[in-house]
Amino acid sequence: MALLPLLKGIAEAFHLIFTLDPYLVKIVLLSLQVSGMAVLLGTLAGVPLGAYLGLKPAESTHFISKLLYTLMGLPPVVAGLVFYLLFSRMGPLGVLGLLYTPAAMIIAQFALALPIIAALTMIGIRGRGKEVQETARTLGAGRLFTAWTVMRESRFVIFGAVVTGLGRIIAEVGAVMIVGGNIEGRTRVMTTAIVLETGKGNFELAVGLGLVLLIISFVINSLLYSFQGGGRDSA
Amino acid sequence: MPDNEIILEIKNLSKVYDKEVLKIEQLSFRRGRIYGIIGPSGAGKSTFLRLVNLLEPPTTGDIYFKGEAMSMNGRAGTPVRREMTMVFQKPLLFKTSVSENVAYGLKARRFSKEEIKARVETLLEKVGLKELAGRYAGTLSGGEAQRVALARAVAFEPAFLLLDEPTANLDPSNVELIERLILDLNRDKGMTIIMVTHNIFQARRIAQEVIFLHEGRIVEMGDTEKIFSFPEDPRTRDFVEGRMIY
Ligand SMILES: Nc1ncnc2c1ncn2[C@@H]1O[C@H](COP(=O)(O)OP(=O)(O)OP(=O)(O)O)[C@@H](O)[C@H]1O
Ligand SMILES: [Mg+2]
Repeated sequence: MALLPLLKGIAEAFHLIFTLDPYLVKIVLLSLQVSGMAVLLGTLAGVPLGAYLGLKPAESTHFISKLLYTLMGLPPVVAGLVFYLLFSRMGPLGVLGLLYTPAAMIIAQFALALPIIAALTMIGIRGRGKEVQETARTLGAGRLFTAWTVMRESRFVIFGAVVTGLGRIIAEVGAVMIVGGNIEGRTRVMTTAIVLETGKGNFELAVGLGLVLLIISFVINSLLYSFQGGGRDSA
Repeated sequence: MPDNEIILEIKNLSKVYDKEVLKIEQLSFRRGRIYGIIGPSGAGKSTFLRLVNLLEPPTTGDIYFKGEAMSMNGRAGTPVRREMTMVFQKPLLFKTSVSENVAYGLKARRFSKEEIKARVETLLEKVGLKELAGRYAGTLSGGEAQRVALARAVAFEPAFLLLDEPTANLDPSNVELIERLILDLNRDKGMTIIMVTHNIFQARRIAQEVIFLHEGRIVEMGDTEKIFSFPEDPRTRDFVEGRMIY
């Protein structure tokens, strides 16, 4: 009996997906926008930070490395709570009026993605980056061209870091739930919608969203897999 | 430019890691000559090149390039680097094609596309790798990679070339090819070259002057023939006669 709603849900879910149900589409798009923006910002900040740390001698970055590793494992609900307190009306950033907006969700997810992207970039660059930097400089490259070369040489690592960050935040529910508030049409994303619709007994919608999430996750991880395989030693 | 102009001068240079690995009171290099640095493993040869090439700050002392003190930091480094380059003992090739690798320094100097293409072709021909122009650099053998690294370093015709064991991975016919190229660059372009080598025969074949480094210090230096035929220090004699154990 418990299986029936699931099967019915899957059938309905495909219907919703293939008819591009407006409610579902809207939620999926918002998810992609929020997590996409968060990962973009996380990349812009995390890749240079990771590259900088990766080029320093490992001994001089022990503390910040440990900090990054800790933050990598930060539970999303905790991040959500912290930003809730910051953004709530009485909080230090309350005047910005960001609570329950997509901007707050982006900021919270950015905070979750940043340590992942920075730490994985750092680890990846540490092996060969210093030598790349020296080679580039020796060949007369200026600062910018050298930095560009280091990034380019580590492109597989960096891509992997970014995709891992995206995979983590698009699937998280705690942070967006707390700072976004799961408001229909405004801050409802796939994960929070699944929580809600499951609670209401709307299994079709929940399963449909779950499927979309799975598909997105599959695409992300396939990219990661092929890049890591391709990054071994051939172009 | 006068032929005897001093292009590089070193004063009171030292480098300390866990212990002092290099200490040179005074040393100068004249434009347009080929210097060989020989000495046993761990003598400080690579360290010396790294200091000269500003990859490592000296613990004490100064290095003057064309009369001006060089500093590792800030903008001062870049102009010098444009005239000086180094080929590492274990060169790193970028993860691109062979010709992209050779073109790198030319791109950094904003050479035109046509000029880059022409120079890359000529050089690959000279190092015997014309057929490999399009190959992904990661798939090269050790000796091929070393030749690509040399071609990449000389493509932009630096005034001053530092070579760390440039033929260590090569078979005899390629050694000859590379030695020929080094001599040609010196003769045709007036390049000043410092070549570190374990190989005393190679130093004798190529260098006009030889510096014998031992435990971080210059034991003896002078005209190649003099060092090899009439070494003054017993350690030099042992080394050039192949009796020094290392
Ligand atoms: N980064 C470093 N940290 C600590 N010690 C170092 C470092 N680099 C070099 N050394 C030490 O300095 C000494 C000189 O090293 P260097 O690489 O200059 O020798 P070399 O003459 O080039 O030897 P080889 O012929 O084997 O290449 C060695 O004892 C080496 O272990
Ligand atoms: Mg060495």
